[in-house]
Formats: sequence, C-alpha cells, structure tokens
Amino acid sequence: MSFEEIKLLLIDKFGEGVIVGEETGGMQPALLIEPERITDVCLELRNNPKTYFDLLSCLTGVDYGIEAGRFGVVYHLTSIPYNLQLTLKISKEHDRSSDMLPEFPSVSSVYRTADWHEREAYDLVGIFFEGHPDLRRILLPDDWEGYPLRKDYKTAEYYKGIKID
Amino acid sequence: MNIRNSKYQNALETYHKKIQSASVEDMVLNMGPQHPSTHGVLRLELITDGEIVKEVIPHLGYLHRCFEKHAESLTYQQTIPFTDRMDYLASMPNSHAWVMGVEKMLGIDKDIPKRVEYIRVLVCELNRIASHLIAIGTYGIDIGAFTPFLWCFRDREHIMGMLEWASGSRLLYNYIWVGGLFYDLPVGFEERCREFVNYFKPKMIELNRLLTDNQVFISRTANVGVLPMDVAINYGCTGPVLRGSGLKYDLRRIDNYSAYPELDFDIPVGTGAMGTLGDCWDRYKVRVDEIEQSLKMIAQCLDRLQKELKRTPDFDPRAKLPRKITPKAQDFYARYEGAKGELGFYFIADGKSEVPFRAKARGPSFNNLSVLPAIGQGVMIADLIAIIGSLDFVLGEVDR
Repeated sequence: MSFEEIKLLLIDKFGEGVIVGEETGGMQPALLIEPERITDVCLELRNNPKTYFDLLSCLTGVDYGIEAGRFGVVYHLTSIPYNLQLTLKISKEHDRSSDMLPEFPSVSSVYRTADWHEREAYDLVGIFFEGHPDLRRILLPDDWEGYPLRKDYKTAEYYKGIKID
Repeated sequence: MNIRNSKYQNALETYHKKIQSASVEDMVLNMGPQHPSTHGVLRLELITDGEIVKEVIPHLGYLHRCFEKHAESLTYQQTIPFTDRMDYLASMPNSHAWVMGVEKMLGIDKDIPKRVEYIRVLVCELNRIASHLIAIGTYGIDIGAFTPFLWCFRDREHIMGMLEWASGSRLLYNYIWVGGLFYDLPVGFEERCREFVNYFKPKMIELNRLLTDNQVFISRTANVGVLPMDVAINYGCTGPVLRGSGLKYDLRRIDNYSAYPELDFDIPVGTGAMGTLGDCWDRYKVRVDEIEQSLKMIAQCLDRLQKELKRTPDFDPRAKLPRKITPKAQDFYARYEGAKGELGFYFIADGKSEVPFRAKARGPSFNNLSVLPAIGQGVMIADLIAIIGSLDFVLGEVDR
C-alpha cells in the first residue's frame, strides 16, 4: 500500500478531520494526525489486513523549541508482512506553564512497546500520556527536577545538596 | 521546575502502595543492581511467592548518560564516539548505523567507495561475533557452565586484538566515519583475519559439543521463557530475540544496505528443536548460528578485499569525508540490524546548523528488555536468570 492509499483508508474510516496535514518533502513522508484520534488510528493500522502495521519501531517525544511553543510525538510504524514503513506525527501547542504538561493519548494499549517509550518521553521531554498504565520516570530518578530534553532545560547546580561540576 | 500536579504523581503512588502491600503477603526481592546475572547494572524488583515470581518490576537508568542530549549539543561527527558507548559490546554496528543515517540525509550514501563498504561490513560482522560470544559465554555461566565462558573470551580476544590493530582501541573504536573510515585496514589484516576464520570454525564445533547439545544446558533452557511471536512483535522485540520466536526478520536482508546485497548468507530462526518455539534455547541457538553466518560473510568480504577491491597505494578512505555536515531540513529515521536487533536513529535536522535539532536512539536492548515483565511472570526465580541471559541486553544501550 502506498502512502496515498493509507491516507485514503484512514479518511474513509475516520472522516476528513483525522488527518490534519502531511509532510512529503523528505525521504520519509509523514501523516499529521489529530492528536485525540491517534490510538484509534494506530489500532486500525495494526488490525487492518491491508496494512498490518504490527511493529512500533520508535516513539519519540519532541520539543519543537521555545518560539514554536509546540510539543509533539512521532511514531515510526513498520508493517512486517508488507514491508512498509509509516511515520505518524501528532503535536499540540503548549505554553510551558508551570502546572500542566502537554498531554497526548497513550498508544500502549495497542503496542505494548509504547509503554516504556512513553515513559521515556515523559521522563526526558515531559509529555503526559493519558491512559498509560504506569507513567513513572524510567531513566532518571523519581525525584529528578525538570525534563532534560526540553529546549529550555537548565542543568541543575545541585543534586540533593551535592554540587555538580 | 518539577510540575507538582497530583495527577502526574499517581503512578508513583500506586507503585509504592503495590510494593507496600506485597511486602505483607508476599516477599519483595531485589535482584541487582550489583548482581552478576543481570549483565550490568539492572535492578529487578521481584514480587515472589516462595520460589515463584509473581511480578517483575525492572528499574533502569543506572548507566543513564542522556545520549540524546549529547547528540543535540554536538555535531554529527562528534557524536560518533558517543554512539560507540551505547552498545559497548558491539560498537562498530552502532557507529555504522549512525553514519549510514547521516550519509542518507546528506545524499552521499551512493558515493561511498566499495572498499570502504566492505571494510565496514567486515569489522561490523567481526564485532557481531564478539558480541554473540559474550552472550553465549555469559549465558553459560548464568546457568552454571564455566568452561564455555573462558573459551568464548579466549576467542573473542583474537577479535579484540584485530579491531585494536585496525582502529587503535579495543572496545570503543570510533573507526567508521561519515563518508569513509578513520584509516584503511593495516597491511596484513586480511591475512590475519582469514587465519582467524580458519582457526575459529572448528572452535565453534567444539563449543556446540560442550554447550549447545549439553543435556544439562538443554534441561535448563528448553521450554523456559517461551516468547510467542505475536507477543515479541507487540513488545517491539527484534534481532535474535524475534528470530528465536521463528520469524525471519533481518534488516540486513530487508533493507539491503551497505555491502549486504552482494553477500550470501542465511537468516537463522528458532525452530523449537529442543522444546517449544521461542524458548530460551531457541534464542541461544539463533546466536550460535548467526556466528556461523557472520563467519561466512567475513570470508566473502575477505575474498573481495583481497581480489577486486585490493588495497592500492593511493586509496584514501577519508577522500569522501564531507568538510561540513549540514543536512537539509528534514526528519529521517534510519534503521539498522545491530548485534541485538533493530537499532534506529531518528534525526530532526533544521537545515541551518551542524547539530541535529533532535536525535533519538532506539536501542534494541531497551525494547527486548521490556518484554521481561511479560514472560517473567509466574516462572521460578532460577528460570528468570535463564530468561534474562537469553534476552542478551546491554545496559549501556538500555539506559543510554
């Protein structure tokens, strides 16, 4: 199935609103999905006999920078039976307010591998995944302050009273 | 600036409560981080009922260095030594994966001289053998067989010596560069390497006789830790772990990158020969068979490198090195078959700077380890050791 056919398949199933845009400039075209529908889209792409995107290769949390004011998640799906690759992107504006994280739905019910990847994105980029079964920090200690892969992250000077240099 | 919305603390509280209540009814047992069978600094929290493991909770991050932050603050060439430190048992494939991704983004991947491609594949396959030898040797020691460990390390030493000869260091090579290589192979390397292949083939037969067909070893590993194929795919397992479950999925054949399309090799898969398909023995056997395939590939590479791609005095492996690496604005996900599975790098380039805007590493060990809570449930503690060893992860890559 080509990129266009997958796009049509999703529009057929979920209506026009599900795809909010596309990026076809690079070597790997990407579909921009309406963030709230991402779990349904992944489930459909995984279960549809025409696509069978059964392997979630990679899930990346992205901070698009302070001026852009956007946070996003990028999904790289692989269909082993058909040898296809597909990139899905969701993103949302967020003002880095002090009491709310950017929130996206979790796909860990569709792909179990997303469980740890989403924990990593939460840990390092500070993205909250709604519906995740166990969203704790995974690589950093539970009491870590801040999210290191955010573009406005400042390296801490002290860790529990110990000077870092 | 930790965000103190109570919603974000729920999971942590649930976890603390679970451990607290488990300490009353069952026993909470810590395995690691300083435990030889966890193959590095991995801490597993086990909720046990007698000898039965009711739940495995892995705690990662003891080796966390935030590779991605490094990659976002250094240029593409400067990050290559950091990729070496991810899967430190197989550094060559790591840097090859990174370098191939960057070359694709620059559009110079077709201009790489054939000799460079073959040398890259040669050193990567040598390194893959070294990595599998550690997996096999330490797996034996986990299960109680000491001799194979010493034999594997003896043979691995030859590979380490050769790679040191080529690159200057034993473990972390920084040998494969964007657009070329650090140096050409030293004079006499091909002959020495062929000597090693001839020496090593009978050693594998010996090792098989000692460990693979050993009845005690089979009893400990067959029918233990069965990982069905659909579960493996759903958890993102790749490499020998997925092939051990019976799926012929190898990116070296699927993507046909570098010199692999010109090489003749098979993809070993698990067959359930000693028990159930996808058990620990199958995963182990896939690695043993892959060593043989790698030897086959090395022999073919050496043939080419000594004949039509022979070294010439004016051959410069640095000739195609780009001066400045500024890929045009794009995002690109590069995947590669590392020693442990699908190694992926996701780049976001902004087109202006020599530093990637975002670089994400998808380590195969990270995903392979994530299946442990699923297949470790309800097994004996001793079998959990066998399962951990058969997954063969490297903590340097899990934690990055």
